[in-house]
Amino acid sequence: MSRISKAFKSGKAFIAFITCGDPDLETTYQAVLEAIDNGADLIELGIPFSDPTAEGPVIQAASLRALKAGVTTDKIFDLVVRLRQKTDVPLVFMTYANKVFSYGAQCFIETCKRIGIDGLILPDLPFEEKEEFLPLCQKYHIDLISLIAPTSANRIAMIAKEASGFIYIVSSLGVTGIRNEIKTDLKAIIDVVRQNTQIPCAIGFGISTPQQACDMSKLADGVIVGSAIVKILEQYGKDAPVHVGSYVKQMKLAML
Amino acid sequence: MTNIKGRFGIHGGQYIPETLMNAVIELEEAYNFYKNDVAFNQELTQLFNEYAGRPSRLYFAKKMTQDLGGAKVYLKREDLNHTGAHKINNVLGQALLAKKMGKTRLIAETGAGQHGVATATAAALMGLDCVVFMGEEDTIRQALNVYRMRLLGAQVIAVKSGTATLKDAVSEAMREWTSRISDTHYCLGSVMGPHPFPTIVRDFQAVISKEIKEQMLEKEGKLPDAVIACVGGGSNAIGSFYHFIEDKDVALIGCEAAGRGIDTLETAATIATGKLGIFHGMKSYFCQDNDGQIAPVYSISAGLDYPGIGPEHAYLHDIKRAQYVAISDDEAVDAFEYLAKTEGIIPAIESAHAIAYALKIAPNMKKEQTIVITLSGRGDKDCAAIARFRGEDLHE
Repeated sequence: MSRISKAFKSGKAFIAFITCGDPDLETTYQAVLEAIDNGADLIELGIPFSDPTAEGPVIQAASLRALKAGVTTDKIFDLVVRLRQKTDVPLVFMTYANKVFSYGAQCFIETCKRIGIDGLILPDLPFEEKEEFLPLCQKYHIDLISLIAPTSANRIAMIAKEASGFIYIVSSLGVTGIRNEIKTDLKAIIDVVRQNTQIPCAIGFGISTPQQACDMSKLADGVIVGSAIVKILEQYGKDAPVHVGSYVKQMKLAML
Repeated sequence: MTNIKGRFGIHGGQYIPETLMNAVIELEEAYNFYKNDVAFNQELTQLFNEYAGRPSRLYFAKKMTQDLGGAKVYLKREDLNHTGAHKINNVLGQALLAKKMGKTRLIAETGAGQHGVATATAAALMGLDCVVFMGEEDTIRQALNVYRMRLLGAQVIAVKSGTATLKDAVSEAMREWTSRISDTHYCLGSVMGPHPFPTIVRDFQAVISKEIKEQMLEKEGKLPDAVIACVGGGSNAIGSFYHFIEDKDVALIGCEAAGRGIDTLETAATIATGKLGIFHGMKSYFCQDNDGQIAPVYSISAGLDYPGIGPEHAYLHDIKRAQYVAISDDEAVDAFEYLAKTEGIIPAIESAHAIAYALKIAPNMKKEQTIVITLSGRGDKDCAAIARFRGEDLHE
């Protein structure tokens, strides 16, 4: 069984997103370990991209801070090597297609396998374009994570049938960022997913409060939180890891 | 030339968030229906002719020809279109399509402001709401166009993210579209972005080369030896090239913005300095660093200040059907002033890049040869910026 599958086996999974290199990679390293120590079941490591078109202001700003601080794909690979010495929790990269493509897809995905990355989330790689990287992901046993959106409608079954790892359910229209209210009929979407696949689904985009985590975990197998954690890093900088830990603990408790 | 999924060779595609997939599929289906619909085409032709002032003139630049002493130079006067640029061709098509699709709101990105003004114009004409995203840097460079858009009833949003120029305006318009799709059409301004935009925009701009061909045959009884146009995303260029692609004896030349030079970082010359990548919904060539980060490009021309190029141009470059050359700020400004003084026509600084290349090649061509330069827009909007470039403290 893959590390990702295992992460969903003991109750609802809490998935934490962290932008690598904001404010520096040492802080990212500590924040990831704090999140894991406090119950995170899967970590999404954001590889910053200069023009993240699916992100709201919080993650855009974090990406720019990280790039300004000099983070590169190779330095993030080194971070993963260090993390893998400490943890068996699944680690997936979240980045944009150009980051993989420009590195050389073969080299990027082969390296992912070698250093212990479990999956890849590329928000600008829809079902129609997945052949760009899927053959390599399959060759190296990296799960190419599929996203399903509130507008997916007639596409849900098609996407779910070919999904691997877990399915990322986008809770709302628009870009990443904290929302007061999630209005999408997620149950209807997840029902269709469940009719077409056994693999777990996690809801992300807009989730920040324990109450939201509780509500969403009743619908899905996991909850993804990004901007709220990135905000903690923005607020506390190098001192953020301990605050990330206590935040994750609080969210995880709400999902029990 | 388009195969399935909107590929031009290896370029193009639909690299966009899942949230937008049904929107582009719906757009493609609507376009495939209406492009063959007689009533739609009649309505569009009427708008082109009665509202935008088409067909645009193909003007023989006699003084320029005499001065250069080589090929006969013709100017395709897209600058005489309503709103002062070729942008109106695409916008009237897309706005009409959006209306047929039941959309009530247009959003658009703009660099120099010409596409924003054109979109605001079409929205006013057709009774649609309009929001234009413009890099904050460009709202300063092109303040008059910001006012024009507001006057036309559009809301202009100054984009502060990233480099606050055209690429950031595109990113922000895409983000806005993912948050509001059901009533909103993204009126993309160039032959870029995800399929079907590069095809739709090309088809609406192809009227330029259709007219050039007819006009040249009428005036000269033969096709031109070269067609020259400036290239940012590349909509006026592809419009100028399209009906000549199969005419292999017609040289097709796209002029990119070299900015301060292709050996500097202050350039926007994608073919000269970029490499293959995936961005803004398409695979094509992009200016980017070794780590795959999109470069903060520069050109004196806000309309060419974009780090990528449309996928069909990338393909025409690959197969060597079109040639792409880089023109510096200095060369473009010289050409801007040259055309004003020689022909009494002030070109857009974007179009001046095409003029600049013609100044280089026309003298070396034979007198019986002909060149068509697409004058994609008029230069009124650029006068203050060019004055400042020349050291005059002029503000609008």
